[in-house]
Amino acid sequence: MIKRRPAWILVALALCLAGAQAPSGDWILQKVDENFGSDNKIVHSRMIIHGRRASRTVEARSWIQGEKKSFTEYLAPPREAGTKMLKLGDQLWTFSPSTDRTILISGHMLRQSVMGSDLSYEDFMEDRKLMDLYAARVEGEEALEGRPCWVLELTAKAEDVAYNSRKVWVDKERFVTLKEDLFAKSGRLLKRTEVKDVALAEGRWIAKRVVFKDMLKTGEGTEFLLDEIRFNAEIPDYIFSKASLKK
Amino acid sequence: MIRFLFKGLMRDRSRSLFPVLTVVIGVMLTVFVTNWINGFEFDFIDSSARFNTGHVRIMSRAYAREADQVPNDLALVGVGSLTDRLREQYPGLIWVSRIRFGGLLDIPDAAGETREQEPVTGLAVDLLSTGSPEPGIFKLDEVLVRGRTPRRAGEILVGEDFSRRLNVQLGDTATLIGVTMAGGLAVANFTVAGTIRFGVEAMDRGAIIADIADIRAALDMEDAAGEILGFFGDFIYRDPQAREMAARFNSRRAGDADEFAPVMEALAGQAGMGDLLAMVGMFSGMVLMVFIGIMSIVLWNAGLMGSLRRYGEIGVRLAMGETKSHIYATLIGESLMIGALGTLIGTAVGLAASYYLQVHGLNIGFMMKNASLYASNVLRAKVSPASFGIGFIPGLAATFLGAAISGLGIYRRQTARLMKELEI
Repeated sequence: MIKRRPAWILVALALCLAGAQAPSGDWILQKVDENFGSDNKIVHSRMIIHGRRASRTVEARSWIQGEKKSFTEYLAPPREAGTKMLKLGDQLWTFSPSTDRTILISGHMLRQSVMGSDLSYEDFMEDRKLMDLYAARVEGEEALEGRPCWVLELTAKAEDVAYNSRKVWVDKERFVTLKEDLFAKSGRLLKRTEVKDVALAEGRWIAKRVVFKDMLKTGEGTEFLLDEIRFNAEIPDYIFSKASLKK
Repeated sequence: MIRFLFKGLMRDRSRSLFPVLTVVIGVMLTVFVTNWINGFEFDFIDSSARFNTGHVRIMSRAYAREADQVPNDLALVGVGSLTDRLREQYPGLIWVSRIRFGGLLDIPDAAGETREQEPVTGLAVDLLSTGSPEPGIFKLDEVLVRGRTPRRAGEILVGEDFSRRLNVQLGDTATLIGVTMAGGLAVANFTVAGTIRFGVEAMDRGAIIADIADIRAALDMEDAAGEILGFFGDFIYRDPQAREMAARFNSRRAGDADEFAPVMEALAGQAGMGDLLAMVGMFSGMVLMVFIGIMSIVLWNAGLMGSLRRYGEIGVRLAMGETKSHIYATLIGESLMIGALGTLIGTAVGLAASYYLQVHGLNIGFMMKNASLYASNVLRAKVSPASFGIGFIPGLAATFLGAAISGLGIYRRQTARLMKELEI
């Protein structure tokens, strides 16, 4: 006589199998956004820009509110110290203390490099959630620097996106993007970012050291070092005003 | 004999007027087109040298490879001592340092915020040093439209059309936003001292001229320059000399692997200039050939018609015992006289037309809207000493060829049949 298995065993088995399947690309992207996103952030960072003649370090402090507002003050080197940038929505102003001028950065200037780095002003402006900008598809799995990753292919949903498609490697456990290739509409690889160091800050995994490489330029790229980050910090409203540029 | 032939020609207008007119028109066109091409070639070389290439140009090797992108991060450093050495080694040349730069020109409103903003290409030259040759090289006094040339630090010249687009007035502040040599953000305020129009589309399209010391400070390029240009003292480009000088300069550094070592290029060796100049030379040669060819055919035809008309006359001359060779020689002699006379008149008319185009010019600015060549919008001829004699080549050659070919018919006449032919 055949003994019949209880129905709950079959249900549990089905659930396990479902869990072993790859999650959807959108779900992974949502987890990435959740990991790094917060209402307010205060960031202290350094950029080490490797030029063909020499390297130089640019130090900055940024105040970020949601996706629309950010304010950055450059602290070093002396020539750049005191330069400030304010982003409000899709507009970017810069203040130069040597000229006492507040200037709107627009047009082709947005594609120029920020402080000679491998990042453009457009990159600097782009901090909307990936979920809002791209449709994601899981391409496969791959280990990167010993960490198991999901490999996602992102395709732009909107027209006003700096990069038409991206290929991203997301840490399966920490939901940190460890590597990213950014492509133009033509399919040409424009930029590559590689995370070299990941750390836990306020219970979230964040990229501490990232190498940005403009693939159209010669050179060793730009290292971005995140020295300090405070999530959900108190930021007074006046910071995100043009008046604060001159203070 | 010559006098006899000349009198014959003058008395028989059908033998002189049409051939002389043909030669006059052909020679006039040859002289005029030669001077026109000469003017374009001279203007192209002169404008390119003054605004862009110099007669020789020195850059770092890395800069030279990407020169069209104006990579100031790869500019020459130690420019002061390098220029001093060049002045010692090549005392016959004038040496100047220049920086090309790009960015945005931002015009503030009363509150100091952006009122107008446009992409700009700029040229930094030595405007303020005592005895600097640059104001003369750029002919600033001639191209000034409004205001004056810069007299103190912080003053710039803005293209006249560009200034109107930006609605910027003399004395207004203009902020340059660019990139420093190290790649940082460069922001510098200038005062508009004057507006200029070079009449060279590639220069007038959104250009500013600033003093090199100001731009060095703004772009953090102390003792650096993108380019050092060398000019022959008389400002006449001599290609073999320039090429030889560049080859010698570069051979001295052949073993140096430094990508920032200086490299010298002659004008004709830069960015397709050699090909362009060769093309202009070839075109000018082709024009001469075409004129000689066409005129020879026309004059050959005229000679044939003359021979037919003079069929009886030649027959009588042969019957009277004149040799065929003598008749052939007199026909050629007559043609050379017609050629010489037509050439003299044609050269005079061609030179007069060339002088007119040299002085007044022809504005072709509407055709140069997107031109990247350093050629003037006003097309001018240039009367060269050679153009006084160049008309003699087609003038004499064509009449000679025409008479020589058509005159061969004389040798086909048979003395035995002359009586029948002449119906005597």
